[in-house]
Amino acid sequence: MRRFSTFRDFDWVLLGFVLLLSVISVLEIYSATMHTKFHGFEKKQMEFLIIGLVLMFLVSLIDYHMLLEIVPWAYGVSIVSLIAVALVGTRVLGAKRWIKFPGGIHFQPSEWIKLVLVIAVARYFWSLGGRDLTWKDIAKAFALVCIPMLMVLKQPDLGTALTYSPILICGLFLGGIRFKQAAILVISFLLLVGGVWKTGKLLKPYQKARLTNFIDPDNDPQGSGYQIRQSLIAVGSGGIWGKGTTKGTQTQGDFLPIPYTDFIFAAFCEEHGFVGALGVLLIYFLILMRLIQNAQTAPDPPGAFIIMGIVAIIIFQMAVNIGMVIGFMPVTGIPLPLMSYGGSSVLFTFMALGIVMNVRMRRFVN
Amino acid sequence: MLDENSVISKEEKVSPLKLNMVQYVVALMLVVLLAGLWRLQVVSADNYRVLAEQNRIRKVPIMAPRGKIFDREGRLLVDNYASISCYLLREPSHDLTADLPRIAEGLHMTVDQIQYVLRKYQYAPKYQPIPLKQDLSPDEVAFIEAHRNELPELETLDEQRRLYPNGGFAAHLIGYVGEISENDLNKEKYAFYQAGDVVGKSGVEATYDAVLRGTDGSRDVVVDSRGREVGQLGQQDPVPGKDLRLSIDLDLQMAAEKAMEGKTGAMVAMDPHTGQILAMVSRPTYDPNQFAVRLTRDYWNKILNDQDHPMMNKAIQAQLAPGSTFKIIMSYAGLEEGLAQDLHVNCAGGGTFFGHFFACDKHHGGVDIYHAIPWSCDTFYYTLAERLQIDTIAKYATSVGIGQKTGIDLPDEATGTMPSTAWKLKNFHDKWYAGEVISVGIGQGAVQASPIQLARALSGIASGGALKRPHVILDGQLPEQYVQAVRDTYPGSGEKQVPLKTENWQIITDAMAETLNTGTAAASHLEGIDFAGKTGTAQVMSHAALARSGGGKKTVPNAWFVGMAPRRNPDIVVAVLWENGDWGSNSAKLGAQVVNTFVEKQRKKAGNLIKVAEAPKPAPSSGSAAKKEEPVTN
Repeated sequence: MRRFSTFRDFDWVLLGFVLLLSVISVLEIYSATMHTKFHGFEKKQMEFLIIGLVLMFLVSLIDYHMLLEIVPWAYGVSIVSLIAVALVGTRVLGAKRWIKFPGGIHFQPSEWIKLVLVIAVARYFWSLGGRDLTWKDIAKAFALVCIPMLMVLKQPDLGTALTYSPILICGLFLGGIRFKQAAILVISFLLLVGGVWKTGKLLKPYQKARLTNFIDPDNDPQGSGYQIRQSLIAVGSGGIWGKGTTKGTQTQGDFLPIPYTDFIFAAFCEEHGFVGALGVLLIYFLILMRLIQNAQTAPDPPGAFIIMGIVAIIIFQMAVNIGMVIGFMPVTGIPLPLMSYGGSSVLFTFMALGIVMNVRMRRFVN
Repeated sequence: MLDENSVISKEEKVSPLKLNMVQYVVALMLVVLLAGLWRLQVVSADNYRVLAEQNRIRKVPIMAPRGKIFDREGRLLVDNYASISCYLLREPSHDLTADLPRIAEGLHMTVDQIQYVLRKYQYAPKYQPIPLKQDLSPDEVAFIEAHRNELPELETLDEQRRLYPNGGFAAHLIGYVGEISENDLNKEKYAFYQAGDVVGKSGVEATYDAVLRGTDGSRDVVVDSRGREVGQLGQQDPVPGKDLRLSIDLDLQMAAEKAMEGKTGAMVAMDPHTGQILAMVSRPTYDPNQFAVRLTRDYWNKILNDQDHPMMNKAIQAQLAPGSTFKIIMSYAGLEEGLAQDLHVNCAGGGTFFGHFFACDKHHGGVDIYHAIPWSCDTFYYTLAERLQIDTIAKYATSVGIGQKTGIDLPDEATGTMPSTAWKLKNFHDKWYAGEVISVGIGQGAVQASPIQLARALSGIASGGALKRPHVILDGQLPEQYVQAVRDTYPGSGEKQVPLKTENWQIITDAMAETLNTGTAAASHLEGIDFAGKTGTAQVMSHAALARSGGGKKTVPNAWFVGMAPRRNPDIVVAVLWENGDWGSNSAKLGAQVVNTFVEKQRKKAGNLIKVAEAPKPAPSSGSAAKKEEPVTN
């Protein structure tokens, strides 16, 4: 007997934490842009948030099983759209990432493919029925994720391409990869990276520079090391209590690069100090715990797979973005979910949350 | 909705163990990130705060306007003008190397020139803007303004630049300013200066640099990463440099400049009562304005390769044989020693001394001191030199400052040479040969003096023994300690009183007056002015060398003249050096122009005063016996 899903089963606590972080985000965007030509971006961010909330509710209404049904089609459309980007895409700052539609709408397929991949991976591993993975299964999973990943990498968009990898890793981990297989994969990966690095074919020189300068930011203070250096100065000079909203000298003085998107956490840390950063990390922790809890209570494995895929993306983006800001990771241009300014990022995150709500709302549905 | 054929079937749940592991991974990740934040924001916060300050605060210098320079009557000699300079910011945010070609094009420089500047300032702190180009043209300023966004490393700064309105006029005395050299920065005198500072390089600009320059101020501005000013924290106002009045009289200077036009040499006019320099010219001259902004290579090469040494202040740096002007000192020594008063010499176009014949340029016949000075009889002075001996001559010459610096407040004064037995031993490790004194007697041989030395020596003798320290700053301009400090910087024989018997003083000065009446400089006689002097024609090479050289301008003798008015206790003394001017009488004409200007001016002033006071005309003086209180006219 199927019970109708209702908003009573909506995860209001999770939404509360998400909205709290969104408010912090809007305030920090306001603060970081107030002396720049990007002044007013906080209003746009609020518009994105409202659209995101609406989308979240809409997405939560569509049974995720339906999404699992149509995902092969969606995957096909994704690949076609990536080909379209390569053929007729708009080139901005040297990268072809957008398809321009009449009416000034720019569509960036690579961002939405994340969701498609989450569902596709969930469907794939579910179709295997939870048995131990064969190398053939693993190869298929790789193909599923790596085909769009390489196409995005070619655009070039290293940041977005990398965010596909946690979906695959999460799928393999939950899907039943054995330890020996995992070990072989990790070693092969490391060898491959070494080889790619040496031949230098796949990475652009500036991408390579980012990675080397990450190791020693003072090595090239004028170039890409500048961003890391300025970020460290911003975060470090914030101290325990921070310099106060709109008082961050690195942020306001425009020393900190793009303080409203990729480096928003640095701006936040400068203005609100260690105490503020601790608070934000705590909220992230609670959100992630709540998401994993929802996965645990999911009505079926594909529901759990979907939620965990989203968790993997959020963890990955958090680790890479905050790690970059505090000098643990190279600069890769990955936004911090729920904090960074940007329509694509906000809409993706809220739609992903919509799917999580969707799964949660159907936990008692049989 | 889902049928049985769906791929979705209901099986066991995803392993709870694995989901728990993910929770631990999340917790671990957050702990690691927190540890990183702790390290930055708690452990190293102070270091990063310092870096943040350096990042955003820049000191923008506000240059203190340099003091202006006036003549003794307050007429402007050196001014400033507003100018725009381009500074280069070497903040880490811009890619300077890539922009160099564009910057070079826009500022009409070469990439090499910019790189030269960068190298020059490579050790200056990175936050310090470095001067790239001064005195920008309007289109260069427009270039910077138009490319503010693409070339944020360029910044303009309003500055006061040095302007020498009269160009090469009194250039050697006034000097010029320029950017401080790396060499100078290491000197103690410039301990508080920094790279890029504009300092006086020569002349008054160098001597009185500390007074003229004032103290630069600065603004502490908050800048963003592109160097754009977003706020100001504080300002330290500059202290403008002090204006200076020189002892130079513009009218006299102009007369001297005009007299020396197109010649090589120097002229100095001095007030013997005080030692104040009234005019100082050195030729050829240079344009100090060329140094105030970036010196062009062409101009520098032109100056460097000029055999007449335009950068040399010949009034204080020429070291040449004084020729017959030295006979004044010979007369002084001879009279004081009691040898010259009754010396009668028969000049038959020369005489034989120490077994050699020494020529005189004329057949003077019977000559005593009253004739020997105005007619410049060499034979008389050969005889006197033979009797005085070198060390006695040296004693008297040294007492009036020959072979010594005068201590004038200008840099790089030359010492000159006054030979003696001790001098010869010290410098040549050889004894003095008695015969060598003969050529010294007529100011040739090893004797070397500068125009300023001769002017001071004559001032001392003509004023009855009071030697003043020559100086170019008007008295009472500066605190005594400062004046003393400058004197310590430029030591010399300074001020002193030498014994000179009144009757000897009268003999010398009367004879010198005769030079202008009937003697060698009679052509320069100034009607109605008690003008006295002595010509000198100094060979630039020996007769033998002259014969070998085959002629040319540089072989022509140097023409000297020292003169004064009035003859006793004069108000003005002039010394003229016209290199290769052939005859001393030629130089006398130049000196006469300046003396004439001086006397005319004095008369005008006196006339005005008399008119106001309605005083009667002064009684005519009694010629050669004029007293020092009397006006300069006969």
